[in-house]
Amino acid sequence: MEALAHQILAGLATGGIYASLALALVMIYQATHLVNFAQGEMAMFTTYLAWSLVNAGVPYWAAFVATVGLAFVLGAAIERIVIRPVEGAPVLAVVVVFIALLVILNSVTGWVYTYTIKSFPSPFPKEMALGRFMSPHEVGAIAVTFLVLAALYAFFRFTPLGLAMRAAAQNPESSRLVGIRVGWMLALGWGLAAAVGAVAGMMVAPIVYLDPNMMGGVLLYAFAAALVGGIDSPGGAVLGGFLVGVLENVLGAFVIGNELKLSVALVLIVGVLLVKPSGFFGSVHVTRV
Amino acid sequence: MTRRHLIVVALLVGVACALPFVVSNYRTFQFTLVLVYAIALLGLNILTGYNGQISLGHGAFYALGAYCAAILMDKLGAPYWMTVPAAGAVCLVAGFLFGLPALRLEGLYLALATFALGVAMPQLLKYHHLEKWTGGVQGIVIAKPEAPAFLPSIGLKLNPDQWLYFFTLVVTFGMFFLAWNLLRGRVGRALVAIRDHHIAAEAMGVHNALYKSLAFGVSALYTGVAGALGAIAVQFVAPDSFNIFLSIIFLVGIVVGGLASIPGALYGALFIQFVPNIADEISKAAPWAIFGIFMIGFVYLMPTGVAGAIRLLLAKRRSAP
Repeated sequence: MEALAHQILAGLATGGIYASLALALVMIYQATHLVNFAQGEMAMFTTYLAWSLVNAGVPYWAAFVATVGLAFVLGAAIERIVIRPVEGAPVLAVVVVFIALLVILNSVTGWVYTYTIKSFPSPFPKEMALGRFMSPHEVGAIAVTFLVLAALYAFFRFTPLGLAMRAAAQNPESSRLVGIRVGWMLALGWGLAAAVGAVAGMMVAPIVYLDPNMMGGVLLYAFAAALVGGIDSPGGAVLGGFLVGVLENVLGAFVIGNELKLSVALVLIVGVLLVKPSGFFGSVHVTRV
Repeated sequence: MTRRHLIVVALLVGVACALPFVVSNYRTFQFTLVLVYAIALLGLNILTGYNGQISLGHGAFYALGAYCAAILMDKLGAPYWMTVPAAGAVCLVAGFLFGLPALRLEGLYLALATFALGVAMPQLLKYHHLEKWTGGVQGIVIAKPEAPAFLPSIGLKLNPDQWLYFFTLVVTFGMFFLAWNLLRGRVGRALVAIRDHHIAAEAMGVHNALYKSLAFGVSALYTGVAGALGAIAVQFVAPDSFNIFLSIIFLVGIVVGGLASIPGALYGALFIQFVPNIADEISKAAPWAIFGIFMIGFVYLMPTGVAGAIRLLLAKRRSAP
């Protein structure tokens, strides 16, 4: 029983990280109806930036804030420079560009930082009262996830800029008519998604260690999470993230063994797409032909 | 096929036959791999280029074909030439079955599902209950096939590398011929019609579901045959050589070579085989950076790939007085 409790709690901690990355995916999907295959590598790259800063002697939280800022700029720049030209292009072209981004970020990181595995510091204390069930880092990661969620919710719900972004995503034509700069809203959305991804990367790095391929699996779980919750529902993505995290850990520990963990994501992705493509909370789309 | 086409094909076959006698054994091996990749790219092109179903997980079918060949040869002692059709048949069934659920997925979602397949494949191959067959993480080592004994008696002396090259060449030629026959007729037109407007195609009497899953099956067959040949050429299969980057390499190949083009598969294969060799000298990571830049560059500037550019060039020359 204790083992099960431990697995569930550990699953919640990794689930929080999947939830953040899934949220980043959903944000980009809502704005552009595209699934960003490079989201994981963007998070990985920014985590390396954080590692450089920490290694250069910058205090952790300062490096954290700086990295989130850099990620925001990077995300917005990628949207303006790389994604903008294929806006409205066939799906295949867009997918190819995303995959190209994925391999470029992956290889540039490998080039600059080499492929040797690095450890990444955790900002949370080593010992804590809850220590029996969860490590302090796991508790901290969950807390950070919820903070990010609350901040995003407040931003989209209570600020004029958040409202403008939601409007631009929902109805670009009308938004343009009332003076919202839709193009810049998309870039902002990409920036925010990259920033959220950077947080996820910095939270997952102490667990999986820093290496250019660290995000492959995490991205897959995030896809699964976003699809389970409904690819256009931010709340659903978060819930899906926790669900996928727990499912992965519990199934991995007790049912199928750790070596088939990724297949859980594969089965979830294909299963959800086949049985209920809109996920638990997504909206069902009807198109007129 | 016009006379001009025939001349070009005859020339190509002539060059291809002369090749292993003028280059080193290692280069011969590399050209064998080019042929292998060309078959795989042709398979992916049938699915993605002609039929418009995006697959980011074709490395999985390549792996399936490779493992079929390796297991048949290593565990069951089958002769190497028999493993190629066997791998093709297994992949045809596997592809057809994966194609059935894929019918419900469009565009981006199919890309997602196949991407997941590609990422999960190495783990599936490492699965310990299958270890008895797959050899687990260590993989399987295959013996190199020798040239058949009757060759010297007719005055041909080939070393194993050269023999394997010619074997692959014959298979490649056959596969390209079949694909050309398949795609220029009714089936090819149906596939393109589904890609361009599936509702209109349905209205014209094209059985969408059948053709789409069939395209998946045939595409997997091609990739599986390539996988089997590749395994025999490399003499080794291991789970980690079939990771998601293999699937991405195939995507690079068809984008650079040219979507929905049969010769494009050959250009793409040359690109993915030789560009990393050159780029490797700069850095271990350089090939992928270059692949990525080429992918973006081709999508922006040359969406029809090398094959499209050549077509355009020829058309211009013909129209010029």
